[in-house]
Amino acid sequence: MTDLAQLETELINAIGAAETVAALEEVRVAALGKSGSISLLLKGMGQLSPDERRERGPVLNGLRDRVTTALNARKADLEASELNARLLTERVDLTLPSRPRRKGGVHPTMQVMDEMIAIFAEMGFAVAEGPDIEDDFHNFTALNFPPKHPAREMHDTFFLKPDAETGERKVLRTHTSPVQVRTMMSQKPPIRIIAPGRTFRKDSDATHTPMFHQIEGLVIDRDVNMGHLKTTLETFMARFFELDDVQARFRPHHFPFTEPSAEMDIRCDRSGGKLVLNTGEDWLEILGCGMVHPNVLIACGLDPDEYQGFAFGMGVDRLAMLKYGVSDLRPMFDADTRWLAHYGFSAFQAPNPASGLS
Amino acid sequence: MKFTLSWLKDHLETSADVNAVAEAMTMAGLEVEEVNDPVAKLAAFSVAKIVSAERHPNADRLQVCQVDTVDGMKEIVCGAPNARPGLTTIYAPIGAYVPGLDVTLVEKPVRGIVSNGMLCSGGELQLPDENDGILELSDDLAVGTSAAQVFGLEPVIDFEVTPNRPDWLGVAGIARDLAAAGLGTLKTPAIEPVAGKGASSISVRIDAPELCPTFGGRVIRGVKNGPSPKWLQERLTAIGLRPINALVDITNLISYDRARPLHVYDISKLEGTEIVVRAGQGEETLTALDGKEYAPKAADCVIADNTGTRAIGLGGVMGGESTGCSLETVDVFLESAWFTPIVIAQTGRALGIHSDAQYRFARGVDTHSVVPGLELATKLILELCGGEASEIVVAGEAPAAPAGFAFDPAFVKRLTGMDLSEDRIADILTALDFKVERGASWTVTPPTARRDAHGPADLVEEVARIEGFASLPSTPLPAVAPPAGGILSVRQSRVRTARRALASMGYAEAVTWSFTKQSKAVLFGGGDDRLVLENPIASDLDCMRPSALPNLIEAAARNAARGHADAALFEIGPIYLGDGPKDQRTTITGLVAPHADRHWQGAGDDALFALKADLVELLELIGAPVGSLQLVQGQNREWWHPGRSARLQLGPKNIIVEFGALHPSILKTLDADGPMLAFEIILDNVPEPKGKGGKARGAANLPNLMPLSRDFAFVLDEAKAVGDLVKAVSGADKALITDVRVFDVYRGKGVPEGQKSIAIEVEIQPREATLTDAEIEALMAKVVAAATKAGAVLRS
Repeated sequence: MTDLAQLETELINAIGAAETVAALEEVRVAALGKSGSISLLLKGMGQLSPDERRERGPVLNGLRDRVTTALNARKADLEASELNARLLTERVDLTLPSRPRRKGGVHPTMQVMDEMIAIFAEMGFAVAEGPDIEDDFHNFTALNFPPKHPAREMHDTFFLKPDAETGERKVLRTHTSPVQVRTMMSQKPPIRIIAPGRTFRKDSDATHTPMFHQIEGLVIDRDVNMGHLKTTLETFMARFFELDDVQARFRPHHFPFTEPSAEMDIRCDRSGGKLVLNTGEDWLEILGCGMVHPNVLIACGLDPDEYQGFAFGMGVDRLAMLKYGVSDLRPMFDADTRWLAHYGFSAFQAPNPASGLS
Repeated sequence: MKFTLSWLKDHLETSADVNAVAEAMTMAGLEVEEVNDPVAKLAAFSVAKIVSAERHPNADRLQVCQVDTVDGMKEIVCGAPNARPGLTTIYAPIGAYVPGLDVTLVEKPVRGIVSNGMLCSGGELQLPDENDGILELSDDLAVGTSAAQVFGLEPVIDFEVTPNRPDWLGVAGIARDLAAAGLGTLKTPAIEPVAGKGASSISVRIDAPELCPTFGGRVIRGVKNGPSPKWLQERLTAIGLRPINALVDITNLISYDRARPLHVYDISKLEGTEIVVRAGQGEETLTALDGKEYAPKAADCVIADNTGTRAIGLGGVMGGESTGCSLETVDVFLESAWFTPIVIAQTGRALGIHSDAQYRFARGVDTHSVVPGLELATKLILELCGGEASEIVVAGEAPAAPAGFAFDPAFVKRLTGMDLSEDRIADILTALDFKVERGASWTVTPPTARRDAHGPADLVEEVARIEGFASLPSTPLPAVAPPAGGILSVRQSRVRTARRALASMGYAEAVTWSFTKQSKAVLFGGGDDRLVLENPIASDLDCMRPSALPNLIEAAARNAARGHADAALFEIGPIYLGDGPKDQRTTITGLVAPHADRHWQGAGDDALFALKADLVELLELIGAPVGSLQLVQGQNREWWHPGRSARLQLGPKNIIVEFGALHPSILKTLDADGPMLAFEIILDNVPEPKGKGGKARGAANLPNLMPLSRDFAFVLDEAKAVGDLVKAVSGADKALITDVRVFDVYRGKGVPEGQKSIAIEVEIQPREATLTDAEIEALMAKVVAAATKAGAVLRS
């Protein structure tokens, strides 16, 4: 029996001493291989008497099982450390930079346009569009600008060269109001639309560019009055500036196409070099509006005794500047990639009522 | 339009200060641009007398003065050479803000001596004084008299007159509105007629009543012209007018007081005794009072003498130099006329001449102010210059006064929502000089000065404006359910999607002008004369763009010039193919200047194919029928690189996109360094999904069987498109072949010159049952046959 105990000790030691999977395999073959030491002992069992076999069998089996367990355990250990050693050689320097991706963005004017459309959409306004190159009728005459009237001069209109045959001089629309005209002429009230788009005036300085963007609105029905106008615009402005409400005032003004006409101001404070709304003693002029002039309704084929409504118009670029602190208007149209990266919006900031406008 | 507070108070009994006036104006629709209150600004400044002046011990050019001031005797250091004992001047105490220097005075030693204030020059008080030294004032002034009082300064309000309200171009008109708004009581002095002696020796003949319907005047003999009195000079100076002489100053005063322009002729310089009002004759010229020569045309109104042969004035615009008044003038003819507003507006534009009279007549002067204007001017001339007036002569007839019209006071509520009593409505209109006849139905007649009021809506505006828009009710619009499918059209939705998609693909959205230069438009197939601006803002922005490409190319070049060459830009906007309402297209234009920085992993994807990938993904996202698009190469328009560009079309008549590299010579013409890659989608050409199949999608077909793949290599002529081979192979068995992938393009050893080897992997998706070897063999034979038919040869 001491022979067996010694054999076991030797085998366990040999297993522990094996430094590689291959060396361990040699130990296994020497013990459990076809002519391994334990295999030979097990084979010798056939020559024993049944009694001796009954006694020696469990002893040898026990030995074999313990050696097998030790072999497996050692093998797992050796494999793990070999894997570890290999993985260490696979190290890469992850401080190396990945390939930079181009960063795109949405232009602030277009972002604000989307914001405005989202707000008006909830208020039931549809989006109407029309051409940038207009005729005199849609841009002026239908909007109650009498021919040659000084009010036309206020618009610094761009003209195209007169048509060689008809002499007609097309204009670049000075506002998106011609879209209102086209809408009223093609669609029966009730009307509730906004008209976003490019507009053009021959003006260029720190606060004017020859091209800019407007959103105008038009509501026509039988009983829409200036109280509706006021609440609609106050609600819109509060939502646009993401405030609970706005402290607004309406001031009488003159536009040929509305009567009464008004301008809307929001209380503001500019004293810190920064615009803060709803506080202070200053007023920020924000948009023009009014009740659609009866002459405009008539020009568009609507009976002013039956229908009335309101219209308003605002500068999108300017509101984008006010909301997002853009100080200068001109870079808006310069496509400077540094400016676009600074003032642009992520593709995923699409305005929606669940996550907010911006 | 500027006026002073005291001037307003000649017409309005009020205790309101300048800020209250400005606020009331703003809320009544008179848009105040600036309130300049020198009284407040100079409140700290007052008269002082220098008692003694001695040389500063430490500075040759400074004096130490003992000054008798409103604050007692002060020691003040002064650098002005004219500081001397006995001089009466203006003193500013420590703590005063000196507007001309933009500093607040602090007590600090000047060369060792503390100066307890400052003696001021005119410039430091922002007064029009050109002397360098401190002010030298009359000795009669008492110490402590305020500077504002000394210089007759008072608050000035500047406001913007909207074109509908020419009556606001006179202080009397402003006062009427402010009185109606409750700021005070109107007290404009009534105009008393001045009895004339004898008929006017100058007669008037109107040959062009369409230009000037009525022209009145009278002779005043024996006047003594000279500088106007101080009050009149100060009144004019305060609003920025230059006093000239009494006769001219009186006409200017009335122009600003009553919005009634007038003119005075020196009779000694007139040829003949008749003033003729006629149209310009085209050939004649005239030197106006501004010293410039003008050539009035038939559309302009000319005042002439010498039986109408000599032009002596541009009617309603400016008098002529030849008959103007001077200090020697003794006998004058005073003119008060009414000119047709459009005529005067046109003349101003056509001749480039503007004046206070032109501004007023162009907007419309009170049609019935011809005679009252004459009477008021006569009274002032007789008062200030003496002389004897003739009777008044008036030729022609003023346009009829506005007729009364029916007005339903309930219309105020209907249009504004404001709930006002009928009495209140009538009171407001009456206060504004409208004649209100109440009854079962009302008749309202506007005053002759209010030719802007045509109908009931105008009256509602008057009532609402004077009552104040603060009284507007808050009424939400009735809620309407938004349309079930959203409010945007398919095209509008596509624009939105494209914007967000391109931004996420790394393109920065630009917004560039709708204009370009005509010569550049020509490069991109545009530049038609019909799209050229008559009055461009700049010569390089004189034409409507036929494409956004030139603007984006130039933008990328500008970015490169700033050191950022690797621009990726897009713009979604209009292009103009003609000047008709249907000639505008919306394009989605992307541009890449592929100048990525070097990277340790080497160059990335080929930029052109990266652009193609972006384009195809974008088209899929906006719902274009990508599967049906044909890619055609070699037929792009001339601004594209002939070998490295293509178009996607639904047939030769419906081209949806052109894309690829831009032509290097076009880039060179635009001063841009190439290469630049671009795409231009004509959004209007992308068909909208047909029918209303609803939102539900068909059942997903997810086969249980594993797909298998087979590789092929074909040799193809260099000139043949790989795309055609792929298409042919895909079509070999549309049921089983689900994908064809090109994984190698090889030229060189083993492939004949002029040919290329194309390796493709064909993905086969068994549908019903696993394919047998025989079935797979048959399918592969079909692939080879299809490829062969497309001109490819299986590589063995």
